[in-house]
Amino acid sequence: MSQPESAVADAQAGGRSGQEPLAKLAQRYGLRRAIARPRFPVYLRQLWERRHFILTYATSRNVSKYSSSTLGQLWQVLTPLLNAAIYFLMFGLILGGGKDIENYPAFLLTGMFIFTYTQRTVTAGAKSISSNLSLIRALHFPRASLPLAYTIQELQQLVISMAVLLVLVVITGEMPTWFWLMIPVVLLLQTFFNIGAGLIVARLGATMRDLNQLLPFITRTWLYASGVFFSIQDKVVGSAHLPQWVADVMYLNPAASFIEWMREILIATYRPEFGHHPPPMVWMSCVFWAVFALGFGFWYFWRSEERYGRG
Amino acid sequence: MAELTKELSQVKGDKPAVPGKDAKKRPAPEPSGKRPLDVPTGTPTVIVDDLHIVYRVYGAATDAEKGNAVNALTRILKRQGRPQMKEVHAVKGVTFVAYHGDAIGIVGRNGSGKSTLLRAIAGLLPPHKGAVYTDGQPSLLGVNAALMRELTGERNIVLGCYAMGMTPAEVKEKYQEIVDFSGIDEFVQLPMSTYSSGMGARLRFAISSAKTHDVLLIDEALATGDREFRKKSEARIRQIREQAGTVFLVAHDLRVIEETCNRVIWLHKGKIRMDGDPKEVIAAYNKG
Repeated sequence: MSQPESAVADAQAGGRSGQEPLAKLAQRYGLRRAIARPRFPVYLRQLWERRHFILTYATSRNVSKYSSSTLGQLWQVLTPLLNAAIYFLMFGLILGGGKDIENYPAFLLTGMFIFTYTQRTVTAGAKSISSNLSLIRALHFPRASLPLAYTIQELQQLVISMAVLLVLVVITGEMPTWFWLMIPVVLLLQTFFNIGAGLIVARLGATMRDLNQLLPFITRTWLYASGVFFSIQDKVVGSAHLPQWVADVMYLNPAASFIEWMREILIATYRPEFGHHPPPMVWMSCVFWAVFALGFGFWYFWRSEERYGRG
Repeated sequence: MAELTKELSQVKGDKPAVPGKDAKKRPAPEPSGKRPLDVPTGTPTVIVDDLHIVYRVYGAATDAEKGNAVNALTRILKRQGRPQMKEVHAVKGVTFVAYHGDAIGIVGRNGSGKSTLLRAIAGLLPPHKGAVYTDGQPSLLGVNAALMRELTGERNIVLGCYAMGMTPAEVKEKYQEIVDFSGIDEFVQLPMSTYSSGMGARLRFAISSAKTHDVLLIDEALATGDREFRKKSEARIRQIREQAGTVFLVAHDLRVIEETCNRVIWLHKGKIRMDGDPKEVIAAYNKG
């Protein structure tokens, strides 16, 4: 490589004694800040370009999660089955929670499986940044890939537990109907909500390490407020004599909305033609939460993009 | 080259007092501002301007601190960090300019901020103060953090390649090359946890070095494994260096630095102690 004489001479002449600020020099040569947050649309495009990484990372985590156990991937089916058995034993038989609810097993299982999906995503999302600091400090990628991968990992598990749920629901006496075609729509909306919620807690968890200790309490409270093993209408208005709006507000919380919608689809006696009257705004609430969480989640996470490496 | 010349003359044209070809503000006594003549001193590719890096480390919690939700809640409400959290001021005001064609060695004792500086140049650690300006995206050579021990070598190769940002077509193309280079043969079907440490290191190096970069940052202890693989990987590093525009190399082996670098920066407790010709700096480093 030869150099223009002037450049070499200039180099030899030595020091610039700091007359030009380095920022100006950088600007003149078109250098950019090494760590800068891309504009939001650019960020989303970069994220899309990383889709293969996100998918592979999610699948890899799922595979490695069970690789040390003897039964291996079988646990993906066994875990929801065992959970279902425990919930039924506890709430259905011992506590007798289902006396006033028709087909209580299906009611309970639907609630539990749907709620677990959101709960697990939120719990995993909160750790997605803080437990991957070494990866963040080693490689370049849009950081939202991590919470996204964690959500997709849970989605992969959900596909299996949904299959288990459908089999169990049929065993309890429900017949598949055309309504079942709506199942993927509900799950898709719930996945949107989960992605958004995962992104929000990921940013929070990146700086507030204590969130991980607090989350179990938060999700448990959420579980009780979402009518997973009781009917909100019956208990809140019927037994506790609280005003109707309390029940309505509880129905509008995202977990309860998704659960109620899924129950309407899966359980025949839960549909209006059988005299059940679920709050009419349930599906609107689901759509709202999905759109709102997804949009806000990405924006909120992106705002802090360049700071995740600090821990 | 013609392009570069053109660009330079243009630059010279628009301002007489221009290009500090040597834009280093030298904080430490340094004999001469000369740069070796056999090395292209072209356009700046990396500018580090009064860089400070502070990061947080989380120590192991004692049982009393870990504890209950009430503690955690009060801490969050009071916006306190965890008691065992420490802030480390790893880089304290580093300034230098690297040019196209530079191979810069970074030396210093353990904990002098070498790896942190590399991560900041790569844009992986946000500056506390100051800034790093780069041309293109510098990348750190190494994918270890993305790999999973429980997975087979095969899955790890694919995962590692995607983590470095390759497309599926590139992964397909590079896959066999990586397997061949690492020399792990049929072990590629087994989980990485079953590999010997040498085999693991070979596979990690093979994956990391499968991609080409504009600005490359290499963090020590790369050439591992038996003697044969060492030779192979040294050749690979040389090849990568030739393709890359600017290279930063952190290593404890001073011989490697002297052989491969045209400029050495000596970091001491987060500050530049010396910056210049490899022989001079390394001699001073050995003395001090």
